[in-house]
Amino acid sequence: MADQPTTAEPVRARFSPRKKQQISRGIQYAILVVALVAVALYADWGSLAENFAKVQVAEQALPDLFTIALRNTIIYAAGGFLFAFVLGLVLALMRLSQVKPYRWISLLYIEVFRGLPALLIFLMITFLPLALPGFEVPFGTYGQGILGLGLVGAAYQAEVFRAGLQAVPKGQTEAARSLGMSATRAQITVVIPQAVRMVIPPTTNQFVSLLKDSSLVLFLGVSGEYVELAKFGNDLASQYANATPIMVAGVTYLIVTIPLGYLASRLEGRKGRNR
Amino acid sequence: MTHAIELKNLHKYFGKNEVLKGIDMTVEPGQVVCVIGPSGSGKSTLLRCVNLLEQPTKGKVFVEGIEVTDPDVDIDAVRRRIGMVFQQFNLFPHMTALQNVMIAQQRVLKRGRREAEVTARENLDKVGVGDKCDSLPGQLSGGQQQRVAIARALAMDPDLMLFDEPTSALDPELVGDVLTVMRKLAEEGMTMLVVTHEMGFAREVADRVVFMDGGVVVEDGPPSQVIGDPQQERTQAFLHRVLHPEG
Repeated sequence: MADQPTTAEPVRARFSPRKKQQISRGIQYAILVVALVAVALYADWGSLAENFAKVQVAEQALPDLFTIALRNTIIYAAGGFLFAFVLGLVLALMRLSQVKPYRWISLLYIEVFRGLPALLIFLMITFLPLALPGFEVPFGTYGQGILGLGLVGAAYQAEVFRAGLQAVPKGQTEAARSLGMSATRAQITVVIPQAVRMVIPPTTNQFVSLLKDSSLVLFLGVSGEYVELAKFGNDLASQYANATPIMVAGVTYLIVTIPLGYLASRLEGRKGRNR
Repeated sequence: MTHAIELKNLHKYFGKNEVLKGIDMTVEPGQVVCVIGPSGSGKSTLLRCVNLLEQPTKGKVFVEGIEVTDPDVDIDAVRRRIGMVFQQFNLFPHMTALQNVMIAQQRVLKRGRREAEVTARENLDKVGVGDKCDSLPGQLSGGQQQRVAIARALAMDPDLMLFDEPTSALDPELVGDVLTVMRKLAEEGMTMLVVTHEMGFAREVADRVVFMDGGVVVEDGPPSQVIGDPQQERTQAFLHRVLHPEG
């Protein structure tokens, strides 16, 4: 390198930009083709199909897949979401409160529950009866699952609400106050309705996230009528020594999560147009 | 006779920065007073101190003889009598034009739905946007939004109106519509305190023009004097810059 000139000479490029782009694209296609050929040649398709997509095993999953597993997944997720929504709004208002200790408590809660793996929370919940003798989470396993999802979700939802409340311009409050509205009246009539509209898309994503996290109910040691999709798939997979039920459970998650994801981005798009 | 607005030795600090350095000023009922001056001179802060959107650091503010700087005063009740129009309009984006003008009548003055709607339509007609009742603010031009904002303030039957650079955020061709509405209000005898850069408007409509610079009132008098024949060097320099921007 030492022999080469340190300043670039204004040499004419060997290839025109258009030519460069063509070459680059050609290389990318070539890599793709090689990769596809390699996968096609080396993968044992028969074995894969036998283990991950065996129709006879998949049939065994019905109808419980929908009537029990998906139903329970939705119960856990919806219950946890409701819990998280209410607690999250309270935490967000505490976070923006004039009273300092409220702000501290809220901040501490949010940092702790966002910082811990959700799995750890679920494991702790299983020890609650030991720690608090005589204490029982209401609604049994449903209650435990909803509590776990709600506690974690609330920390995230609180930040969503806080962002929404803070995103309403200060001029909105000023206009409301200058018309003679009290601070509370201005919040209720002008600020919160706008904040809620703004947080609909991220809140939908929150729900999707809780739906997936509901698989952690697996670690509560549930059985029978309480199983949700992940546990259901896992149990059947063990029983048949075949991964097909896990695939089936996965597809079932996607049937719910992908449309919700699209819904969220559509809502986001609409918000963008209105503002 | 009580003054519509009276400011006594008004000081305002933002942190260590003194924005208002002892303002004494009065506005009489029915008067139109325009406040002019370079940006950062404290004009908007002064205006916002009148209805306590900014809390003065020192000094007193009286509106129709009531001391609004008294901590025990019901500020919401005083604000009901003071209409305010903002540079950025600040319409409520989730409500139609009609709802924007109705909501405070219903929630603050406790007017019934019908009465609020009749008053709202009257005022929207008055400012020339009667055909935009069902539009959301986002669907209106800046000039239309600002006129809806004026209607929203007027619907509360205020005794006086504050205008904080009402045309500064507008495209030049939309300024005229808003100024026409303000001129009409002035002719009807509304008490108005207007922070503005529109020298033509100040010259023709104002009863008094106040020139502010560096947080103090430099010159205060009829427009023919303050704009037409300014006595202070700072006023002369400012007017020269504004009226001959190309130098």
